Amino acid sequence: MSHYEVKAGPEAFLPPAAASMGNVLPDPGEAHIGGEIVPEDEAYDKAARMILGAKVPTIFPGPLVLWKLNEHSNAKAKAIRELALEAPMRIIPMADYRPKYPKIEAAVEINPNHPNLTIWHNKIDVCIFIGVHCHMANLSLKIIRGGTSCYTIAMCAMAGHEDACLSFRDADLTMVNKLKATIQKLKSEGVKSQAVPFTQFVMNRSGFVVEPS
Amino acid sequence: MSKEKIVLCDDLADVMPPEYHELVENATYGDQDRGWKDIGSSKELIEQHSLCAGCPESIAFRYILASLPAPEDTVFVGSTGCTSLVFPHVAVHNIHSLFGNQNAIASGLKRTLKSRFPGVEKDVVVLAGDGATVDIGLDMTMQSWFRQEKFTTICFDNELYANTGGQESGLMQKGFVAKMAPKGKNFEKVRLAEIAREAGCAYVAVLTVSKPNRVEQVIKNAVLVAREIGPTFVQLYTPCILEIGKQSMEGLDEMKDSEQIGGRFVQKEYITDEAQKLLDSIKEETKIRKKAAKEAKKLVNA
Repeated sequence: MSHYEVKAGPEAFLPPAAASMGNVLPDPGEAHIGGEIVPEDEAYDKAARMILGAKVPTIFPGPLVLWKLNEHSNAKAKAIRELALEAPMRIIPMADYRPKYPKIEAAVEINPNHPNLTIWHNKIDVCIFIGVHCHMANLSLKIIRGGTSCYTIAMCAMAGHEDACLSFRDADLTMVNKLKATIQKLKSEGVKSQAVPFTQFVMNRSGFVVEPS
Repeated sequence: MSKEKIVLCDDLADVMPPEYHELVENATYGDQDRGWKDIGSSKELIEQHSLCAGCPESIAFRYILASLPAPEDTVFVGSTGCTSLVFPHVAVHNIHSLFGNQNAIASGLKRTLKSRFPGVEKDVVVLAGDGATVDIGLDMTMQSWFRQEKFTTICFDNELYANTGGQESGLMQKGFVAKMAPKGKNFEKVRLAEIAREAGCAYVAVLTVSKPNRVEQVIKNAVLVAREIGPTFVQLYTPCILEIGKQSMEGLDEMKDSEQIGGRFVQKEYITDEAQKLLDSIKEETKIRKKAAKEAKKLVNA
């Protein structure tokens, strides 16, 4: 089968599913970059460089790490926060899969049915999906590739995502920490973060405690 | 699933939008007295819906979800129809079955849950339209009643096939002219409640969704009786305002008119003696529990 490269978009209104173009998922210990299967270590390096080279790198944590389903979820949430602080990256939650009417608040949340709105609003150029159920991640990744120029990274706890520009598989707590360690290593080698300065918003029941910058 | 799981992770709670903080604080999981009065503040089960503006089905959904005795241990089985448009917005486990197959699926599900979770009472509730319950799925519906399967069947009766353009259904009233039934219906409305009673349902109720307290009581009765005794059936009139030529604001009036004396949906219940005995004992237990809670509160305040 011909090799179909999964690049950052905008590709088309309806980009093809990468699987339908012959792309396959990585085996354990592997990852894929643009559809090409590579050893996991190579993907850590590429992901860390993409994050550090981005102007608005952002993590989209999903329900599996936002809700304290068990202690593992809680520990993973902690690791995600540490990763975000290390890079630095913004955190914008995908709290709900249900469509929201009349519209989402694109500055503070992302919805899988129209993720492009959040990407456009915040001018996000690199994002990481983590803790999002696979079927919803697939939907979002395709929409993002179709209509935005954002580079997508999937840290999937299952078998990975063909539709991401870069995808890990079996991503557990250790792997999130390893990505953080790779970023630390690159920084120590002199690679500087290109992220524009920002303030991470903080919210409570009455709304903003700290407004996003 | 339990209320303990409706908690945000410590390190990411501060990035969650306000409505999720509210959801955690107002969740009703585990509350024995949850009911329709929680609709305004509790939204862990449903918040928005995708039905037409003013659709009585949407409010029926809210009342039903608010009335479930144990939503964390309930599984819905739905079927094709307007109801299936709402399930993607509902945070209760649900299965979409083939058109008309819902009671067969629910039978298997109930038995499996009983075997898989022997120590937990898992409720199965079928929620389907009149097409799925009475026309296409009547065989499956009735066979599950004959077999005395212990789950609740709720039929949203809008008296026609709504989302396919208004075809005649078994529950349509005689003489009614619909968009796709231009000559009017030649036969009487199927008396499903009486069929359910004769087929072995321990608790049967027919009503509209104009009065939330009545809907709450009926749903609670149906689910609790199904747990202990046998099949139960609830027929709710949820008129399709589009197909009967009404405006968004007129759904409630339509339901109120139809439940007047002599109307098609005057509230009625058929309860077996065994079911009545069970409901009486539950009522008594609730009364004692509430009284004890009130006295305990008094002591704390004193």
